[in-house]
Amino acid sequence: MNDIDWSTVVNFDDYGLLLQLVQYSLLAAAVLGIAGGIVGVFVMQRDMAFAVHGISELSFAGAAGALLLGTSVVTGSLVGSLVAAVAIGLLGHRAGDRNSIIGVLMPFGLGLGILFLALYPGRASSKFSLLTGQIISVDGPQLGSLVAICAIAIGVLLLIWRPLLFDSLDPDVAAARGVRGRLLSVVFMLALGLVVSVAVQIVGALLVLALLVTPAAAALRVSASPVVVPLLAAGFGVLAAVGGILLALGGSLPVSPYITSISFLTYFVCRAIGLARTRGQSRQRTTSAQSVVEPGEPTPVVEPGERQRA
Amino acid sequence: MTTVPVPVLEARGASLRFGERVLWDDLDLTLRPGEFLTVLGSNGSGKSSLLKAVLGLQPLTSGTIALQGRPIAHGDRHVGYVPQQRLFSPGTPIRGRDLVALGVDGHRPGVRLAGRRATRDRVDAALAAVGGESFAKRPVGQLSGGEQQRVRIAQALVSDPALLLCDEPLISLDLHNQRQIVQLIDERRRLHGTPVVFVTHDVNPVLEMTDRVLYLAAGSYRIGLPDEILRSDVLTELYGTPVEVARVGGRVVVLGAPTPHNADHPHHVEVVA
Repeated sequence: MNDIDWSTVVNFDDYGLLLQLVQYSLLAAAVLGIAGGIVGVFVMQRDMAFAVHGISELSFAGAAGALLLGTSVVTGSLVGSLVAAVAIGLLGHRAGDRNSIIGVLMPFGLGLGILFLALYPGRASSKFSLLTGQIISVDGPQLGSLVAICAIAIGVLLLIWRPLLFDSLDPDVAAARGVRGRLLSVVFMLALGLVVSVAVQIVGALLVLALLVTPAAAALRVSASPVVVPLLAAGFGVLAAVGGILLALGGSLPVSPYITSISFLTYFVCRAIGLARTRGQSRQRTTSAQSVVEPGEPTPVVEPGERQRA
Repeated sequence: MTTVPVPVLEARGASLRFGERVLWDDLDLTLRPGEFLTVLGSNGSGKSSLLKAVLGLQPLTSGTIALQGRPIAHGDRHVGYVPQQRLFSPGTPIRGRDLVALGVDGHRPGVRLAGRRATRDRVDAALAAVGGESFAKRPVGQLSGGEQQRVRIAQALVSDPALLLCDEPLISLDLHNQRQIVQLIDERRRLHGTPVVFVTHDVNPVLEMTDRVLYLAAGSYRIGLPDEILRSDVLTELYGTPVEVARVGGRVVVLGAPTPHNADHPHHVEVVA
């Protein structure tokens, strides 16, 4: 029963030829990897992983609707994505509100999408690909628009970079210094919506987090530098997206599991590195703390407990 | 007096109401260079809201507040702000010095490309002033409460502010760290003439340097020298109920001050340890 023909699952014959066929897909994946890694850093800082998932389900609904209407899937997923992003950005300024709004929007979007797909008379494979992704099925002109959408998102993020970082990490002081948090939040959500709409078509609505959260989460495990983290995250994103396609070419399996696995692996490795490093540091700190106890300095009795009290 | 210095901060008839509840009404206040104003009052008396109103983040019900002669709309980069002490969670993905750098140019659009070196020098100087060079490269969430608050002070001072607003910066600090933070703030106003508005529930750590006290209570206020305000008769009149101000072992203790929300938390009944 369980006879898998491994020669079709893994088969690197004609690899060079295949590579030529998918060169534009690789380009799109690379750009998405960069955009996803960068936007992911802010997603992590603003604690919005759940929002990404919510937006991707509405993006899926939009894409499925477009499929049913016979219009462009790129446009459909873009519209769904932006509507969700703006709704979450406007209605859910506070974290608690946000999560409940996302919780309401997400099943609605997914249900809507499934309805559209059920009504769609076309090929079943293109239905499935919106949920689990298949970049190879995206054609040339579409790929061009995907790259353009990602480029716009990266441009917007670069434009609002510093105030967005300030608002994400230190909103009270940012507001005091004249940063318009509300406005930034909406602009950021639009940029996020753009990236999500592309990711939905490449990895599928269900797996968007693998390119928009995991690379940034991995990078944050090994660094806290505002320069190193986005660069690493973008690198991890490219590694997962491009690496996933390159591996998938050599066989019959879809791209998504490769992308998610590479993405997960980078996170796993980064986590291990981060853990090893903090262990080393805390060992160093205890020894140095013991050696410099100045006589006459009042002992800071409160300090160890402070974090628990706050 | 022959020359009257320009007021850095000026409030005229400023009122703040939330529905029926009056926080403060018809507040007149003029702050001169180098002045240390300590804002006292029960929880919910509108101390923090006053700072938000100065920053233009809390619209006034009536009246005006102006910084160097002009009102602030949505925050201002000429104001240094030390927010209510809330510790960064251990995983916060930013280092102490990055937080200080955001105090230099965090309000500007784009990525920091030009002026990286100048920014770094200013951040180094601000960190040196608070004695924070040693820990500034660590993620801010891994710093102790005292270290985090020193980073906060550096962040507020790095932009060379015209006014310094501090909202309970000493909460959850031990006495040693409290003293250090207060000294840093006091040094700033003595060396640069930056006036300070210092919101606190306990006047004692800053009593020494306080020029004037603004006491908010029961929808009203009193302003004056510490000795004029921190008196049983003045506060009894302000609260409209008997309040006693005692001096125990060099500390000022306010007894019996009611809080507007919750009588179970009489924050001003202080026990002297």
